[in-house]
Amino acid sequence: MLWLHRFGSLPYFYRISRPIALALAVPGVLLAAYGVYGGLVEAPVDYQQGDAFRILYIHVPSAWLSLFGYTSMAVAGFVALVWRLKLAEIFLVAAAPVGASFTFLALVTGSIWGKPMWGTWWVWDARLTSELILLFLYLGVIALHNAIESPRTAARACSLLALVGVINVPIIHYSVEWWNTLHQGPTVTRFGRPAMEMDMLVPLLCAALGFTLIFGWLTLWGMRAQLLWRERRSRWVKRLFSDG
Amino acid sequence: MDDFWAMGGYAAYVWSSYGIAAVVLLGNVFGPLIAHRRIARRIKNEEFDD
Repeated sequence: MLWLHRFGSLPYFYRISRPIALALAVPGVLLAAYGVYGGLVEAPVDYQQGDAFRILYIHVPSAWLSLFGYTSMAVAGFVALVWRLKLAEIFLVAAAPVGASFTFLALVTGSIWGKPMWGTWWVWDARLTSELILLFLYLGVIALHNAIESPRTAARACSLLALVGVINVPIIHYSVEWWNTLHQGPTVTRFGRPAMEMDMLVPLLCAALGFTLIFGWLTLWGMRAQLLWRERRSRWVKRLFSDG
Repeated sequence: MDDFWAMGGYAAYVWSSYGIAAVVLLGNVFGPLIAHRRIARRIKNEEFDD
């Protein structure tokens, strides 16, 4: 618990977040690069979808992070509401734009993939609509944070929205099983053997893991900026930037 | 090599997906870094000293 207490200290977090961010960035970029290379070059052509399936290596990691990001924000929101931990508030606020951009990517790449495969850019079915709602939830958190002056009040409002909105996450995940949809069923996260050959699957998992590390890296830098802003009048921040 | 870029006729779809992803990721890398630098400079300039 002592360790946790120290980690909750803002000056300590500010100091160690920089090397941690670097430690996430290097393997994250390498893994994502390998995954994308494997997906674009090494994976064999899909027998049904041709080369269009290679969009998968951007689409699936983005979609995964859209769900992972929002779930982590809901957990942080819970911690922020119950224990008033400032770092949880800052995480929530910093993760929102990163999560929103991955949600945007999942929607756009899905749409670009849908055009040649389904013959349409968009359908109002369960998977696509619930993912679009997720984007609006992210944007709602960002807008709410920008609209409220007091950072603590803003963080409380955002925490509530993140917690209420998290109900959408399992709906997105199971939407392809609960409703009829154009979207294909789960390939990776089903029980038993994944419905995919290893030389297609391994790069995908590398890309997903790499993008997750990149998500952590970007969120940490967002947290650093947010932390400086919120603590700009505190003594430790001023001492950090004073020449003496 | 031309085969690779042609993506079996799906070049426009595949490369536009990857292009948009690259732009969004770069924006996410530089956005917080620039914001951080801007705030640090304002603190250095003692803009928040009362």
